[in-house]
Amino acid sequence: MIDLIGELLSYSFILRALTVGMLVALCSALLGVSLVLKRYSMIGDGLSHVGFGALSVAMALNLAPLQISVPVVVAAAFLLLRISENSRIKGDAAIALISSSAIAIGVIVTSLTSGMNADVYNFLFGSILAMNRGDVVLSMMLSILVLLLFFFFYHKIFAVTFDENFAKATGIKVDIYNMMIALLTAVTIVVGMRIMGALLISSLIIFPALSSMRLFRSFRGVIISSAVLSMICFFWGITASYAFDTPAGASIVIVNLLAFGTCSAIGLIPQREKE
Amino acid sequence: MSQISAQNVSMSYEKKLVLEGISFEVDQGDYLCIVGENGSGKTTLLRGILGLMPLKSGAIRFGDGVRNNQIGYLPQQTLVQKDFPASVFEVVLSGCLNRIGLMPFYSSREKRKAQQNLELLGIGNLKLKSYKELSGGQQQRVLLARALCATEKIVLLDEPASGLDPIITNEFYQIIRSLNQAGVTIIMISHDVKLAVEYANKILHIGTMSEFFGATEEYLKSEAGRRFLEGGSSGA
Repeated sequence: MIDLIGELLSYSFILRALTVGMLVALCSALLGVSLVLKRYSMIGDGLSHVGFGALSVAMALNLAPLQISVPVVVAAAFLLLRISENSRIKGDAAIALISSSAIAIGVIVTSLTSGMNADVYNFLFGSILAMNRGDVVLSMMLSILVLLLFFFFYHKIFAVTFDENFAKATGIKVDIYNMMIALLTAVTIVVGMRIMGALLISSLIIFPALSSMRLFRSFRGVIISSAVLSMICFFWGITASYAFDTPAGASIVIVNLLAFGTCSAIGLIPQREKE
Repeated sequence: MSQISAQNVSMSYEKKLVLEGISFEVDQGDYLCIVGENGSGKTTLLRGILGLMPLKSGAIRFGDGVRNNQIGYLPQQTLVQKDFPASVFEVVLSGCLNRIGLMPFYSSREKRKAQQNLELLGIGNLKLKSYKELSGGQQQRVLLARALCATEKIVLLDEPASGLDPIITNEFYQIIRSLNQAGVTIIMISHDVKLAVEYANKILHIGTMSEFFGATEEYLKSEAGRRFLEGGSSGA
C-alpha cells in the first residue's frame, strides 16, 4: 500500500491534481454543510451544469476556460440564489430548467465547432490531467479565502444557516453572507469540475455534509468532520483510480458513497442503544 | 416614552395590501397579544416590527432604551431546523451575536449569559444535547433562551404554542408570564384568544372585519372581542 502511494506521488500531474483536489474537497465540504442544511443542494448541481456550458463556449471561442467560466458561474449563482429565495417561483424547477439549458447550449456549441470530442467527455466526467500551474495557484488562493471566511464568520454562518429570520432580526446582514457563500461555491465548483466533471462535482458538496450529519449532532462536529472526511475520500478516490485504472471523478464519488454507507451504519448504533 | 410605538402602519405582502392603518403602543412591562383570523397579517406585522419586511406607510418607532436589533424573537419553527445538527448551547449562544459585533468569537461573558438563560428556563441539563432530538416543548424553551440572549427588555413570539400539547402549552405560558412579571415586555401572536385575554394586559385585534387596540378589559367589552370570543367557543 505504501509503495502504491509512493508511486502515485512520484507523478507530478497526480501530485498537482491531489493538491488542487484536496483543497477543493476541503472548501466544498465546508460550504456544503451550509448549502445542504439550507436546502440549497440543487444549486451546486445547477452551477456545475452552467459551468459545463461556459467551458464549452470558452473552448469553442478559443478563450481561457477559467477566465470565462468563473464570471459566468458566479452570475448564475446569484441568479439561482435569488430564484430560491423568491417563494413565488418554484426554485427546484427553475434550477432544472437552467441546468439542462446550459448543458444543451454547451453541447450544441461544441458540436458546431470542434465536434463532440475528448474535451467534452473530460468536461462532463473530469480528468486529472486537466490541472496546470494556474489552477494550482487559483485553487490555493480560493481555499485560503474559504478557510479565512469560515474562521472569522463561523458563528455568523451558523446563525444564518440555522435561522435566517432570527439572524436578520438581530441585525446580521444575512444577504451578504448568502451572497458570499454563493460566490465561493461558484468558484469552488468551477475549479473542482475540471477534475470531477460537471456531472459529478456536486457530490463533493453534498456527500461529506450528509455523511457527517449521520455521525455528529453539533454544528461544529459536522463542519470539522466533513472537512476531514472530504479530503480523506478525495485522496483514496484518486488512489483507487490509479490502482484500478478507473476514472478519477467517478472513483471519488464511489469512495464518498462507501463513506456515506459506513457513516449511516455507525449512526444507527447509538440510537438503538438509547431506545 | 413607549418601547415600541406604531403609527398608522400599512404593509403589503406579495403586492397585496394586508395591513392598513395599524397603530399601537407598547410600554415597558406590557404583555401584548396580537389576535386575528388566519391570514389577517399577524405575522406580517411582526416581521414589520422586526424590520424583516418594509412598511408601505406609517412608522414604527423604538424608544425607552430599546434598539431595533435588541429584540428577542421567537419565530415559528422552520423546516430547516427539523433535522439541523446543532447542540442546544450552540443555538442559545447564537442569540448573543448582536453583542459581539464584528468580533469573530464569543467571549466568556456571552457564554455565561447563555448558561444563565438555559438555567433560567430550566434546561441547563440539556446544554450538550442535540437540538433536533428534543421534544417540541423543549425546543421552544431553547429558542426562548436564545431570544433572551438577544435582549433583556422585549420578546416577540410568533404562535409559540402551535404544535405543542395542552400541558406543555400551559407550562410554556407560565414561563412567559413569569418573564413578564420579572419586567420583560412580551408581544405575542396567538390564535388562542381565550388564553390571550387571560394573560395579556393589552390586545391588538387585526382583521378585515374589525380592529381593536387597547386594554384587555375593554377588549372583552368591545364588539370585535365579543364576536371573536364567541366564535372561538363555538368554532374551535
